[in-house]
Amino acid sequence: MAEKIGVYVCHCGTNIAQTVDCKRVVDYASALPNVTVAREYQYMCSDPGQDLIKKDIKELGLTRVVVASCSPLMHEPTFRRAVEEAGLNQFLFQMANIREQCSWISENKERATEQAKSIVAAAVKRVEFQESLDVKKVPVNPNVLIVGGGITGIEAALQIADSGKKVYLVEKEPTIGGYMARFDKTFPTLDCAACILTPKMVSVGQHPNIELLSYSDVIGFSGYVGNFTARIRRRAKYVEEEECSGCGLCTEKCPVSVPSEFDCGLGKRKAIYRPFPQAVPNVPVIDKDHCLYFTKGVCKVCQKFCPRGAINFEQKETYTDLQVGTAILATGFGLFDASKVKQYGYGRLPNVITSLEFERFSHASGPTGGKILLKNGQMPTSIAILHCIGSRDTNFNEYCSRVCCMYSMKIAHLAHEKTGARVYEFYIDIRAFGKGYEEFYKRILEEETTFIRGKAAEVTDVPQTPAEKGKLVVVAEDTLLGIVRRVPVDMVVLSVGFEPRKDTIETARIFSISRSQDGFFLERHPKLAPVSTASDGIFIAGACQGPKDIPDSVAQGAAAAANALSLIDRKEVTLEPTVAFIDEKSCSGCKICIGLCAYNAITFDETKKVSKVNDALCKGCGVCVAACPSGAIEQRNFTDNQLLAEVESICATGK
Amino acid sequence: MESNFEPKIVGFLCKWCAYTGADLAGTSRIKYPPNVTPIRVMCSGRVDPVLVMKALSSGADGVLIAGCHPGDCHYTSGNVKTIRRFKLLQRMLDQFGIERDRVRLEWVSASEGERYAQVVENMTETLRTLGPLNWNGSKEG
Repeated sequence: MAEKIGVYVCHCGTNIAQTVDCKRVVDYASALPNVTVAREYQYMCSDPGQDLIKKDIKELGLTRVVVASCSPLMHEPTFRRAVEEAGLNQFLFQMANIREQCSWISENKERATEQAKSIVAAAVKRVEFQESLDVKKVPVNPNVLIVGGGITGIEAALQIADSGKKVYLVEKEPTIGGYMARFDKTFPTLDCAACILTPKMVSVGQHPNIELLSYSDVIGFSGYVGNFTARIRRRAKYVEEEECSGCGLCTEKCPVSVPSEFDCGLGKRKAIYRPFPQAVPNVPVIDKDHCLYFTKGVCKVCQKFCPRGAINFEQKETYTDLQVGTAILATGFGLFDASKVKQYGYGRLPNVITSLEFERFSHASGPTGGKILLKNGQMPTSIAILHCIGSRDTNFNEYCSRVCCMYSMKIAHLAHEKTGARVYEFYIDIRAFGKGYEEFYKRILEEETTFIRGKAAEVTDVPQTPAEKGKLVVVAEDTLLGIVRRVPVDMVVLSVGFEPRKDTIETARIFSISRSQDGFFLERHPKLAPVSTASDGIFIAGACQGPKDIPDSVAQGAAAAANALSLIDRKEVTLEPTVAFIDEKSCSGCKICIGLCAYNAITFDETKKVSKVNDALCKGCGVCVAACPSGAIEQRNFTDNQLLAEVESICATGK
Repeated sequence: MESNFEPKIVGFLCKWCAYTGADLAGTSRIKYPPNVTPIRVMCSGRVDPVLVMKALSSGADGVLIAGCHPGDCHYTSGNVKTIRRFKLLQRMLDQFGIERDRVRLEWVSASEGERYAQVVENMTETLRTLGPLNWNGSKEG
């Protein structure tokens, strides 16, 4: 029996209709074989648009439907649902993308219309060969994996754990807290970062539903939505977590002092250490590279003094597999390396520091106990803050890091408050976009900070006048006055921007997610699906997706938690049935497919001498289909016949 | 050669990278010649050489296969299999006397809308110079 195909061409307002003559496409489609009806409508995705399809399915007895509109990434689920509601299997529907890959790419109406016809014809030809398929429902494992224990991961973990679900929180560092733990105050309220962060960290540490795996990495991630397996490497701390009471005696007695990473190398830590006093878990780790026992085979002082015998030099790294249904990546960001901008002298001129170094100076438990000091131990009398270091700069990163304007002004306030110094801000534009931000900007202006509009050209210690002697001179064009200014100061703070973490590529590969042009993780939709990824069940939140301040990161952490919980509460998810299957009669038993499958989804049946696909393991890539020399393997919804129909149709049209 | 020759190109785009990248080109309103008609596949590794030869023998002037950058494949290594297969396909093209430029394998990530547009523009230009393939003899000239 011939199929009855309905074709629906969407105008998408003017998005499609402006460059594609939809009327001509409809007329063309009407004349294609087996097309029962072809219509156009302004918005097919609207309720009346969908009703049009449903009505035709019922009244005209359509057996196949083609909608020519936007990308299937946008509305394929919408129309699949619509045809199902009208009683047609959702896989008897095909979408023709005449917007993203047709109307929007061309200004030539004639050619765009011809292209639209070719796309629609291919879909009509293909849909004839499509078959009803059953979607497979699988249960969702309610456990959640969260990667990264900064403020974003902490928020997500607490939201999920509070709902009664189990959370595995994996953190690379010995403690959670992330960058926020290193900040002194937060803009625009000037809340002390530790005061608002540490209660949350403690909650994480104590929560019965959160299993915190610190000093650990995710090294593998496999499975599918609702049923993932994460492989975790737990690095050796050489301290038994269960035994340690966190008394700190080991740290006190350790004879080795090395620069502290947490303090940007400005302060010292011991070889057995906690990054900072409120660390969670409150368990020290031994830095093997500096520990005397590991480097020279002597010492063991920590072990001698530990009252609970928690030190274990024999500890080995361990590996565990976690079963989870969803994962949230909150892996955060990296900071721009200021030494790349040679003209500012970072690393060469002693009193040029980065904004994070300033935070550590300003922090009460930082290397100077909260004092802003020059290298000679004196307080600065004048400080320049240079904005946009590494950001909004085509030599480095084109994007705006969003937080630097605000934190620079916070630094101006703290510097002024703590030293009484004259503060200069060298800025390109002030971006004070958040709640209370503009008001904060006004406050800083009133605190007599001098704002100079102009990106600094260089920082030099070569004086041109006696007043510049012994000072750092910031040279910049004041673009409001139109003159070049030389401002002598004691200290220069470089407001460094955000960058993707160095391990972003590796993480993206482990989780099979994409990165955007700027190197951060790519969201499914920039506006409407900001914490989803193209991979179902894997969410991203916070600054791993792009530069973000604390309020936005927390909001995204909570959003990702809500997304994960919504998936868990569905209890089961449907899987695309686009898996491979083998026609036993045609299979020659050559086993070529078995070696090609990346998921070990194909096994060999020794009695029948044929290969077999395990549905649950098959991810539906189709690699084996293309490789099978006897054409015995097919991929559902991507069969040879369906693809050949498209190919032939495309080649036959537009001659 | 025809003066206003517009090559017909069949494009096999993987769903995760190249197809999304092509979508992004459109969303960003980047203009490029509408010569590639896309076919969405789950992975470039699904592209059976038979499909390519079928396209060429049915009247296509060129075939574009586009997938994720090596190492970024959604299916771990599907595109690596595409590379191997593509090398053999090129030898087959040589044997048929078909210019290698007519079948291209390109990597386009989901965020490389601009790159996709350039690939299509560049390929279209190359094929305009090469002229029609006319393997099935359907075109006159």
